[in-house]
Amino acid sequence: MKRLSRLRRHRAAGPVLLIFALFTIGTTFQVASAVNQENATVQSRSTAIAEGKEIFLRGCSSCHGLNAEGQEIAPSLIGVGAASVDFQVGTGRMPMADMSQQAVRKAPVYSPEEVHALATYVASLAPGPAVPGDELLNYERDGSVAEGGQLFRTNCAMCHNFAGQGGALTQGKYAPTVMGVQPKHIYEAMITGPQAMPVFSDKTLTPEEKLSIIKWIKSAESEPQLGGVALGRVGPVTEGLLAWTLGIVLLIGVAVWLAAKAR
Amino acid sequence: MTARERIAGNVAGYVDDRTGGAKWMKKNLQKVFPDHWSFLLGEICLYSFIILLLSGTFLTFWFDPSMREVVYEGAYEPLQGVKMSAAYASALEISFEVRGGLLMRQIHHWAALIFMIGIVVHLMRVFFTGAFRKPREFNWIIGVGLLTLGIVEGFLGYSLPDDLLSGTGIRIAEAIIQAIPVVGSYLSYFAFGGAFPGLAFIPRIYVVHVLLLPGIFLALITVHLMLVWYQKHTQFPGPGRTEKNVVGYPLMPVYMAKAGGFFFIVFGVTAFLGAVASINPIWLYGPYNPGQVSAGSQPDWYMGWLDGLVRMSPPIETYLFGYTISWNILIPGLILPGIIFTGLALYPFIESWITGDKREHHLLDRPRNAPNRTAIGAMALTFTLVSLINGGNDIIATSFDLTINQMMWFSRIAIIVLPPIAFIVTKRLCLSLQRADRDLVLHGRETGRLVRMPNGEFVEVHEPISPEKAWLLTSHEQLAPLELPEVDGAGVRRPAAIRNKIRNRISRAHAVAVPKATETERRELEGHH
Amino acid sequence: MSNSESREVDLIKDPGLPAHVHRRTDTDPVAAKRAERQVAILFSLSALGTLLLIFSFIFISDETFIFIPVMGETNAHQLGLGLGMAIALFCIGAGAIHWAKTLMPDEEIVVQRHEFRSDDEDRADFVKTVKEGAANAGLGRRPLIKRTLGAALGLSGLTPLLLLRDLGPLPGDDLKKTHWKAGTRLVTDPGDRPIRPEDLEIGAVAQTQPEFPEGKERHLEDIAKDAVLLIRMRPEEFNLDSERLSWTHEGIIAFSKICSHMGCAVALYEQTTKHLLCPCHQSTFDVTRAAKVIFGPAARPLPQLAITVDAEGYLVAQAPFSEPVGPSFWGRLS
Repeated sequence: MKRLSRLRRHRAAGPVLLIFALFTIGTTFQVASAVNQENATVQSRSTAIAEGKEIFLRGCSSCHGLNAEGQEIAPSLIGVGAASVDFQVGTGRMPMADMSQQAVRKAPVYSPEEVHALATYVASLAPGPAVPGDELLNYERDGSVAEGGQLFRTNCAMCHNFAGQGGALTQGKYAPTVMGVQPKHIYEAMITGPQAMPVFSDKTLTPEEKLSIIKWIKSAESEPQLGGVALGRVGPVTEGLLAWTLGIVLLIGVAVWLAAKAR
Repeated sequence: MTARERIAGNVAGYVDDRTGGAKWMKKNLQKVFPDHWSFLLGEICLYSFIILLLSGTFLTFWFDPSMREVVYEGAYEPLQGVKMSAAYASALEISFEVRGGLLMRQIHHWAALIFMIGIVVHLMRVFFTGAFRKPREFNWIIGVGLLTLGIVEGFLGYSLPDDLLSGTGIRIAEAIIQAIPVVGSYLSYFAFGGAFPGLAFIPRIYVVHVLLLPGIFLALITVHLMLVWYQKHTQFPGPGRTEKNVVGYPLMPVYMAKAGGFFFIVFGVTAFLGAVASINPIWLYGPYNPGQVSAGSQPDWYMGWLDGLVRMSPPIETYLFGYTISWNILIPGLILPGIIFTGLALYPFIESWITGDKREHHLLDRPRNAPNRTAIGAMALTFTLVSLINGGNDIIATSFDLTINQMMWFSRIAIIVLPPIAFIVTKRLCLSLQRADRDLVLHGRETGRLVRMPNGEFVEVHEPISPEKAWLLTSHEQLAPLELPEVDGAGVRRPAAIRNKIRNRISRAHAVAVPKATETERRELEGHH
Repeated sequence: MSNSESREVDLIKDPGLPAHVHRRTDTDPVAAKRAERQVAILFSLSALGTLLLIFSFIFISDETFIFIPVMGETNAHQLGLGLGMAIALFCIGAGAIHWAKTLMPDEEIVVQRHEFRSDDEDRADFVKTVKEGAANAGLGRRPLIKRTLGAALGLSGLTPLLLLRDLGPLPGDDLKKTHWKAGTRLVTDPGDRPIRPEDLEIGAVAQTQPEFPEGKERHLEDIAKDAVLLIRMRPEEFNLDSERLSWTHEGIIAFSKICSHMGCAVALYEQTTKHLLCPCHQSTFDVTRAAKVIFGPAARPLPQLAITVDAEGYLVAQAPFSEPVGPSFWGRLS
């Protein structure tokens, strides 16, 4: 704790703290969203559609239109598929908290059952990418972590950073961190291209390759700190900041003590 | 005489019989060094350099500077089976298979960052206190050379592991080389042994990084220190300290113990950073591939300001007779740095040209007493800071909920607007501080005690300051501006009239000062109280 | 100058070096003993640090992780080694400094400086010596020697330039060529699978390379010039002239992925705004307008690759790039 209080006194403690705060928030969301999704398939399809429509009319139609046809402020949902709904609502991005540049990941508003109902309803409007099943998502078995790393660096790292920590896009948009995201949601993001993210088609990035990417992300996520505090894994900026704060301040502190006359 | 003393005497005698060094040693062991914390900033650089040599030598035992393609079979699972260069694979080996290797790599990298920080803060101390003035101009130039070489050396080290971040940096360096008019593409093909990235670059920069530049460093640092030794260290003004003496502690034993101890402190702090904080986790970056890049690809901080300049540069290229000149690369990448470093190296000569002062100086200036110089320094720092901030604009944007576009426009405007403002504000601040010094000498310290006068008026009791403090606040010189003749005795313009006029004008601006308190004024006021 | 001189006379007087103040350790033997113990404790701590290092090196495997508050789960081997080393070194330093400060003499010494300038006589002698030396060598009197020596030295300076010639080949038109030719298939990177237009949904991107004949290996030099980004959008979203439009295929447009500014891989595609962003220097390109630069330091659009489909329905290049890819250079357009 001593180190923390020393850090806190530095002028530049803000950014470092912010990174810690973001990490903490991220972890909280991870825990919050990792609620077990069980027996959502128990309901019959038609009741799910009806229930989904009800939720839609209550929570989504004010922006997306009564028939999900879209309005000026929100896109049409016809043909976006169940995967898109599952991603957007399941990660808490929808419903949006405010009309900001970008929907942020937060604790989901709806339960997994409600998300399923909503997705079934939207999928009933027009065909679109379906929610990947558990059998498909067996990345531990079907993925290769080394290949996943290469694919991640070619296809993802330019936006999400080399360690999946996210990065800046234009005009205040940003690629969010991919740490602490459910494999299902990562997969859905790749096939649906939410918000600014492009779509990664199954022919150019095969399902096995997608699983490899997920496997690499999970490996990076669970990788313990091999060389000490990770400093946000954002590269030389935080490293330079630490050297200019903790490093040089410690040294100058000792220099002041050294040159002060003993009493 | 104890046995130990006798042995020591014998050894000394043996050496002196053959070298005659006793006299020299006696004199130099009593060499006096003034004590001030800011005089240790240069030592931080020296010690970091030694740490870099030690840790760097350790790393060379395993590092394989080759771009030969290998398939990784080492300990780090997520990369097993990936094709990579032997350089990258051996850097991974150092990190994961050599015990203490990762620690040494991190110590090496942290020491490099601290080396460069040390150089910059040392330079700031030397600049703001006027320590570069005659007779120390040579040492100033050597220092600027070390700073420049340090940036290059650091960049080469950053490039050696051949990870994705390294390669991105090399790619940008290659683009800068390529942008040089007429010969750019030739130079690039020579440097890389063909098309980028080729197989030749890492082995070549390895030799430069571990042999050529460290050799030059060693030579320059030696000369730098010998000059400090020979010219004796500067000292801050104070009672009993003059241009003609040095007040401090003898080398043997006090300074030796302190300086030697400080080496261990610097090494200890660097080792601490290497132990607790990860730096450049190359295994996460993956091997370099020109088709890949990471968001937030930045150079280390000492190059960050250059990258920030490149980022904020306007998109200008000219096409002349079918030839391309990339101003968007040349200006921020070569021309501006060239101007900045040349200006830095020439500053002592520029200042002495302005003041006409050709005397030796061993007493340092308090920064406030050289308002113009301090303001120029503040201006330069502001410039560098704005560009450094822009070098990390994407990380800052995502951390503080800004947009990279706002950051970029802020920097583009701030880089022009803020430095002059910093100049004006700093100069005024210095003059106010001079005024405060004057008040302190003449009216004493405010005690905060209120006393009621017989007439009912409340006055605060002022306590006169000590003679030592009064001396400190008034001992500086206040040079009058130059008054070079613009016309000769007969009223005819002299040949150098225009130059002299300019010089007089700059000198007047430079010499602006609040007149310091004099003994007469002080006595007069004391009479009143 | 007269003004400042009169002020110098009126200066407040230098009170001289303040009297030496004794430290507690100078006067109080107990304090001195305490300082001695403190120094000894610091040195002993250093020894403990080295013991920690030895212990970590031998007994802690590098696969052990411990949880440290604030730091989190951390590699114990690395941390033990580093902290041991840090403690060992820092405490030696702290002990030595404390020793010097408290127990070594702290009386300041005054030493006189001497002006560096030699006296006039020595300087004159020096000049004379140099002049005589030069005269004795006869450089001034024998211009033939002077000139030929100058020429010889100057010419010998060319040697290193000449010898360094073989550092690399001449670029020739290498920088202007890529492996894209009419009919070259676009294949996925990595994976090397050919792509059909229908493989890409609206809003999709794909990282591609030119197809290499069987057995030909792709090197980094090739990727550094050949990398191409495919983007698919609705054809009506394009804002292109008819020529550039003809370079697209069913809403699929292809650009060199190598930034026209400094050569980073530009692949941050924003599906919503149709902008491409380079992460290195934030140049932003508008894909709908043939990668026109709309922000940042890049001066030129990304080169567009003309594409179409071959007989088997796979995407191929219509023609090589119409301009050199990557960063600018002097003879780029010639």
